[in-house]
Amino acid sequence: MSSLDLRNLKINVGGKPIVKDFSLTVPKGEVHALMGPNGSGKSTLAKALAGHEDYEIVGGEAFLNGQNILEMETDEISRAGLFMAFQYPSEIPGVSIANFIRAALTARLAENEELDAAQYYRRLYEKMDLLKIDRKFTARSVNEGFSGGEKKRCEILQMAMLQPQIAIMDETDSGLDIDALRIVSEGVNTMRGPNLGILLITHYQRLLEYIVPDRVHVMWDGRIVRSGGKNLALELEEKGYDWVKEEVAAV
Amino acid sequence: MPATIEKETSSESIAIDRDIGNFKYKEDYSYDAGTGLSEKTVEYISNVKNEEEWVRDFRLKALKIFESKPTPTHWASKDLENIDYSKIRYYLSKGQQPSRTWDEVPDDVKETFERLGIPEQERKFLAGVEAQFDSEAAYSNMKTKLAEEGVIFVGSTEGLKEHPEIFRKFFGKVIPTGDNKFSALNSAVFSGGSFIYVPPGVHVKQPLQAYFRINAENFGQFERTLIIADEGSEVTYMEGCTAPKFETTTLHSAVVELVAMKGARIQYITVQNWSENVFNLVTKRGMAMEDATIKWIDCNIGSRLTMKYPGVILKGRGARGEVLSIALANDGQHQDTGAKMIHAANDTTSNIIAKSISVGTGRSSYRGLVQMPKHLKNCKNNTECDALLINTNSRTDTYPAINVRGDGNSVQHEASVSKVSAEQIFYMQQRGLSEAQAMSLAVNGFVNDLIREFPMEYSVELKRLIDLQMEGSVG
Repeated sequence: MSSLDLRNLKINVGGKPIVKDFSLTVPKGEVHALMGPNGSGKSTLAKALAGHEDYEIVGGEAFLNGQNILEMETDEISRAGLFMAFQYPSEIPGVSIANFIRAALTARLAENEELDAAQYYRRLYEKMDLLKIDRKFTARSVNEGFSGGEKKRCEILQMAMLQPQIAIMDETDSGLDIDALRIVSEGVNTMRGPNLGILLITHYQRLLEYIVPDRVHVMWDGRIVRSGGKNLALELEEKGYDWVKEEVAAV
Repeated sequence: MPATIEKETSSESIAIDRDIGNFKYKEDYSYDAGTGLSEKTVEYISNVKNEEEWVRDFRLKALKIFESKPTPTHWASKDLENIDYSKIRYYLSKGQQPSRTWDEVPDDVKETFERLGIPEQERKFLAGVEAQFDSEAAYSNMKTKLAEEGVIFVGSTEGLKEHPEIFRKFFGKVIPTGDNKFSALNSAVFSGGSFIYVPPGVHVKQPLQAYFRINAENFGQFERTLIIADEGSEVTYMEGCTAPKFETTTLHSAVVELVAMKGARIQYITVQNWSENVFNLVTKRGMAMEDATIKWIDCNIGSRLTMKYPGVILKGRGARGEVLSIALANDGQHQDTGAKMIHAANDTTSNIIAKSISVGTGRSSYRGLVQMPKHLKNCKNNTECDALLINTNSRTDTYPAINVRGDGNSVQHEASVSKVSAEQIFYMQQRGLSEAQAMSLAVNGFVNDLIREFPMEYSVELKRLIDLQMEGSVG
């Protein structure tokens, strides 16, 4: 059964059309890479799907497990199972990672339910070990003074703890050196499985050497202009985006 | 006879959760000074308390000073002009003698404090409790062991009567009657509050707690607290305050004096959660002798206008003063708070950390005063004041007054203003938190490093109060 289903989406930013007639289905259990040059609308798509109010969806439909997310608030979309790993995660001074994730998990409970603290920390440490994150890390304020790599690892840790059904990863590779990239990718790979669908937004093929996608889509001027298997990414790397642009122009 | 609970608690479980202090009981007082303020009011209070001549004279003199002093609107809020002293009731009580056991406390009063969780807290972690209902303490008790060590913890009325030799020596010495208009008002009509004496070398390990509850409308609560920690002793005192929501103005004007003798330590913690019609105009000051420490932890949530600047006079060499304060000004509220550090001896240090949060049309002001005269050496002050603005129409102002002379002294002052950004809220909402939860978390994060300094029970309470405030503030 398909998990994220986008049909003919049109998204404006400041009245200007950025995403034009975008359709894509990401089934659970698959990793789809969305590639494209700067300004093609990839990040706009991600933020709009997460419900950011500056991104105006003016046409089309978006379903998460059959639920229409265009009618939902950001937090409702999150609780319905959509996670976004931010390209530039916000700092939240004074709020520790442990408390932040705990608050996010608590928000998913019914009013009379409580999170079992011992169980929570056991799970948190387990995921941190998996992601090779030092346990002292959780006492630090969310993203405050973090290096690029730490920020991305913190995103992946949250993703592992919140167990979304669909994760949109927005340029997770940007600002990472090769070691950080490897660690983050390994983390994502451990989460791959039949219950998680991933939309991996990236500019470069480099990330896809570590997280091998099931499908690759190329976005250009607000639309998907080409889709294919993992080899499409290699082809792009070799020929550059101009090759796609020329092809599109020829059609 | 069971008390009748008035209409505001009809949906009881919800009312308690959302706004813990907002309930009241029918008024039924044995002593009532009537409405308005005159010599007669002062005499009535003094008669009811059966006071000695010098106390009565002290009060009457204070009334004259209060009447002669102008309302300080040249620097403070014009809103002070809206206090109508002729419409306030200055003394209301059900009796003169506080009970030593909760069983003896009148049912309605007992129920009030039970709903506020006081007897339970006493059992759990307190060394002693005084619970004031309008003008007088309804309950006052302390662990027997402390009494055996010579610790005194009673209401101010009782303190004046039973321990005049200690009381009189320090009463009005840290804060003279004429310090300001409101200290004069308090000195004229004071009733209730705590009197504490800790003998030399005694360490009171668990906190002593006072709870101030306003129950009546148009009422003024004027408690007077005096704490004396003798040489090398230690004590922590905590006060909590609530009142139900009234249509009309309620006035709370306390005077709190602390004296820490050589090497003593006093920690004074306030968590006030006044309803939005309370004018809260309080004068708090301590005197720290040689190597003594006085620490004020002051949390101001609620009220219509709070003006409060806890201070320490660093009188003995090596004395240390500290003010940690948190103020949250919600829609329509003004928190005008700060700290005063008066260095009067060499090698004295003071530390002020003030954090304020302004929500909606709320306004918070920081006023600080640091004084170091030229002849002193090796004095240090550190002041940090940080403001967090939640909405675009929220407001904050800082008025620091630093008067430092002499080369041997040092002062550090840092101030910051930050905002909760839309991107931060979006980030948190993307993790599943509602807008209110996100705001609340941001605010908690802002005050977190300060809250860590608080005793556990109070930090939990404070976080909960902040959550409630933020919940109500997001549409």
